[in-house]
Amino acid sequence: MKIKKIIIILLLLDFNFSYLNSMEPDVFVQSTVNRASSILSKNISKVEKINELKNVAKETVDIRGVGFYSLGSLRKNLNSKQKQQYSILFESYFLKSFSSRLAEYTNPEINVIGKETLNKNYTIVNSLLVATSERPEIKIDWRIYTKNPESPLIRDLIIEGLSLARTQKEEFSSILNSNDGDINALFSALKEFSKN
Amino acid sequence: MLKFLKLTFVILIFCTNSFAGADGELDLSKDSKPIKDCFEPLNRATFALNQSLDEAIIEPLAKGYRKLPDPVQRGTKNAVTNLSNLITIPNNVLQGDIKMALINTGRLVVNTTLGLLGTIDVANKMGFPKYEKEDYGQTLGVWGIGPGCYVVLPVLGPSTIRDTAGSFANVLGGDPWYNASVHGNNEFLNKEIFIVSKALNGIDFRANNIESLENLEKNSIDFYASVRSLYTQDRENKIKNNQRGNIEVLYKDDQDWEEVENQ
Repeated sequence: MKIKKIIIILLLLDFNFSYLNSMEPDVFVQSTVNRASSILSKNISKVEKINELKNVAKETVDIRGVGFYSLGSLRKNLNSKQKQQYSILFESYFLKSFSSRLAEYTNPEINVIGKETLNKNYTIVNSLLVATSERPEIKIDWRIYTKNPESPLIRDLIIEGLSLARTQKEEFSSILNSNDGDINALFSALKEFSKN
Repeated sequence: MLKFLKLTFVILIFCTNSFAGADGELDLSKDSKPIKDCFEPLNRATFALNQSLDEAIIEPLAKGYRKLPDPVQRGTKNAVTNLSNLITIPNNVLQGDIKMALINTGRLVVNTTLGLLGTIDVANKMGFPKYEKEDYGQTLGVWGIGPGCYVVLPVLGPSTIRDTAGSFANVLGGDPWYNASVHGNNEFLNKEIFIVSKALNGIDFRANNIESLENLEKNSIDFYASVRSLYTQDRENKIKNNQRGNIEVLYKDDQDWEEVENQ
């Protein structure tokens, strides 16, 4: 009888623990945005800002997932060595591209306004980049990967209806098509971008 | 009447061409696939030419325009947007959206009169719904015609066979502003005024996108392909009259996202 009680208590504790650990996608986005915003408003150099933003991106973006999505159907044909090489090159490319895009903004104010669950793996979080005297209000939607609810990750940003992941995928596809699907051409382009 | 017949004829001819460009296939669901770039080498050359023109002429003009006082910029933007109603309204009708055609007609009347030739957006202050531009390319898309091949036009930039056909409709009687200023035989309007209005529209757009285009170019490994993708996505959204960020758009390529799981 005692054992039964202990098991029930343990189960309840476990339930509460996992509940406490799961993070709602909208809360996750708002906290990520706040972190980025505080970095951008800091009185530090642009290079320092970029480095701090890279750390935020490493923790909050599913870089590997975005990378394989961007590769399109070619991902199915790569061997494990090529996949590994691609993941390393893509991460370096992505972090540079993502952080230098963001570093152009100074103190952006983004407010999360809603969310819609697509399925167990994805939730779309809606947000607005508040208008300033120099730019109008901009709608930004976030595709959040929620397979592990305790650790949600960003997989795409849809700015005014334009998907960054899709744009990147079509960009990669263009490079591959111009080189008869040769993955080495994409590797070179990614290397070149990260080097400059 | 003759103009309308000519317009219908041209639209039909170009529709046939756009099918040809799309290898004779008509499949609306193809919208989610990357657009066919049948003339890529030529398009890339035109894109490079446009970039040079932009660097030498358009960007400096846009930067100069940005130095004008805010009310002047806002007034210019409002006036050219107001003129675009003359194309939007017939397209609302052609797309069967009579309610929006009436709303936009009201907007045009209010802004042209109370708004001092459209320089002040009085309709917006009166609570009219948000204005969404429509054009003949979008109407052809709504009618089920695929985009055909992607093309880059000199000076004008990204387009598709379908959207280029739609633009021809403007000069064949589909744009009342063009008709009145170029063929109107009146003392107030002429061809030069039409050209200036179109140029201002382009410069205003460029001025509003100086940083975003610079940023995109700097962070792209293939700037041409990025622009092509963004143009295509934007047109798809406009043709479907999607609320921006509509869930229908977001679902796109879901299969691809799911496949990523297995990597």
